[in-house]
Amino acid sequence: MEKQVMTPTIKPEVVGKKKPFVPKKRREFLSRKASDKLWFWLFLMPVLIPFLLMVITPFITGIYYSFTNWTGGLAPTEWVGLDNYRGLTSDHRFIYSFYRTVIYAILNVLAINLVAFALALLVTRKLKLTNFYRAGFFLPNLIGGLVIGYLWSFIYRIVLGASGLGLFSSSPLVSRYAMFALVAVVTWQYAGYIMMIYIAALQNIPEDLIEASQIDGANALQRLRNITLPLVAQAFTVALFLTLVTAFKQFDTVFSLTRGGPDIDIPVWLQNALGMEFPRAVGSTRLVAFQIYNWGISRGNFAVAQAQAVVFFVLLSVISLGQVYFNKKREVEL
Amino acid sequence: MEAIIQGFKNLPTRVMNFFKALPGRFTNFIKTFPQRFVKFVKGITPLEVVAFILVILFLFPMFIVVINTSKPNLLITDTPMAWPETWSTFFTNVRTLLDDSRMQYVNSLFNSLIITSLSLILIGVSSAMAAWVLVRTKTRLSFSIFLFIVAGLIIPFQVVMLPIVTLLNDLRNLTGLQWRDTHHAVIIAYMGFGAPLSVFLFHGFIKSIPMDIEEAAVIDGCSRPQVFFRIVLPILKPIFVTLLVLNGMWIWNDFLLPLLIIGRGGDTQTLPLAVANLAGAYVVQWNLLLTALVMSAVPVVILFLFAQRYIIRGMTSGAIK
Repeated sequence: MEKQVMTPTIKPEVVGKKKPFVPKKRREFLSRKASDKLWFWLFLMPVLIPFLLMVITPFITGIYYSFTNWTGGLAPTEWVGLDNYRGLTSDHRFIYSFYRTVIYAILNVLAINLVAFALALLVTRKLKLTNFYRAGFFLPNLIGGLVIGYLWSFIYRIVLGASGLGLFSSSPLVSRYAMFALVAVVTWQYAGYIMMIYIAALQNIPEDLIEASQIDGANALQRLRNITLPLVAQAFTVALFLTLVTAFKQFDTVFSLTRGGPDIDIPVWLQNALGMEFPRAVGSTRLVAFQIYNWGISRGNFAVAQAQAVVFFVLLSVISLGQVYFNKKREVEL
Repeated sequence: MEAIIQGFKNLPTRVMNFFKALPGRFTNFIKTFPQRFVKFVKGITPLEVVAFILVILFLFPMFIVVINTSKPNLLITDTPMAWPETWSTFFTNVRTLLDDSRMQYVNSLFNSLIITSLSLILIGVSSAMAAWVLVRTKTRLSFSIFLFIVAGLIIPFQVVMLPIVTLLNDLRNLTGLQWRDTHHAVIIAYMGFGAPLSVFLFHGFIKSIPMDIEEAAVIDGCSRPQVFFRIVLPILKPIFVTLLVLNGMWIWNDFLLPLLIIGRGGDTQTLPLAVANLAGAYVVQWNLLLTALVMSAVPVVILFLFAQRYIIRGMTSGAIK
């Protein structure tokens, strides 16, 4: 038998070639699309669950409760339709608190923005201790509105009385000027924060623009009117709406400073408008947020207070939508 | 991390150098002081004086409160403007407050710390996660969810504060767990109310991040969570810090939400609740109330001294966006 020579059969194409890399195939339980969907919802859950549970649910049930005789407890509620809202149109306390909130908001927005802008103009000049001034004006803003309220109630009640200034023989908190006292406190607290927003805007103004205007012979007032103000207009819109919304939501400082007081007789024009025979007492600094809290939690009129809250919400949404509208309009213009 | 280790290794030599240079620095300071003082005084403009006086006036109320923390009650109401005779009264007041059952200072401080820190971390991470998938999934559903969450910005707490009390009672009946007077209820509420702004800010920031890095990571075999926690989250650091400051200032000082969910006087009360509880109990004991005000403001002021730049930048950039 002829001995056969065993020549190894070599496939030419394999010679000298590494084994091509084939990634290990993972066992996939889900298709690509299904896995994307799974991760999408898994990543959303930590936000959606608290948001739906603590914001959307009470918001919707709250609107429902405002149409019932809800008492806050476990007692079953009955549908009463628009009764709660109809009651609000003759509720002198609520109408007056709304009126006072609007006044407070206007005073507050004006005071805060004027003070903040003046401070911002001051500390953006070439000063030696400019950082110290900025931090100093900002400092009250770190402390919460509640603590600020107690702090200033000490100043108003004790310090001003003992200071010997005849102007303040009695505390402004129990006088007709309690609203101004409140606005002063909130301005003191908030102006430093708004100042920082204006500082950021003022620093964005190009130096050469100001230099050019100086060369052209513009004085300080003209520079302010024709260069500074138009260029910080956007910061104005932001600060205006920010202060407006926080003014409407004001609760903490009212709670600790005035508790909604002092009580005064309702103004004659409102008394006539509501058709009341004799004047009733109303709290001169009882702002809407405090009124809702007081009416609901302290007095137990949950359904009526919730109807007030819904009206309050509608007003705030109008303001917020106004802000969006203004910003969009400005974006288009630019 | 390595930089930190290196810093610690160099610490002894740096401390030695500091002390060696100290005498020279000191004599130098003394020598040049007159010269620099003259230069400083010459540089003072009228505007500088105005600014200085304004800032002193601005901080005067705080100063008055601080000096009155060290007086007995009678002297506070009689001579509030006078300098205190001794500062030891302040420490007596602090000790009284530490034992006070209405204030429960240590306990309240601890509650505030827990609620604020847990809420901040949870709001930050959860909102970043949600914003990331919302940006990277380009479907109509994803955009609607984004709008839905951001629409929450216009819901003020005052509108839900009454129903939330009933809701928490219902949740107790449903789950068998306590919800009112608990930390977890407050934290979940803060997660809900913090979500709209945080998701909005993260969403805007993530949109500006190019997708290439993430795609490269996916090709290298990263899973979805890995891509997010290893690649995306570190990039989000600047906006994360902004949100820590914004949400932190809000939650630490917030009064209305914990007042509704926790209430004053309990074991779970936060610092603002403790102050309100004390003020409600002692209408005339100004020495204790003023000391409590200082003690509740001190933690934030200390933090501000250390992180001033971050706090100011965070609060302003958050507002502008």
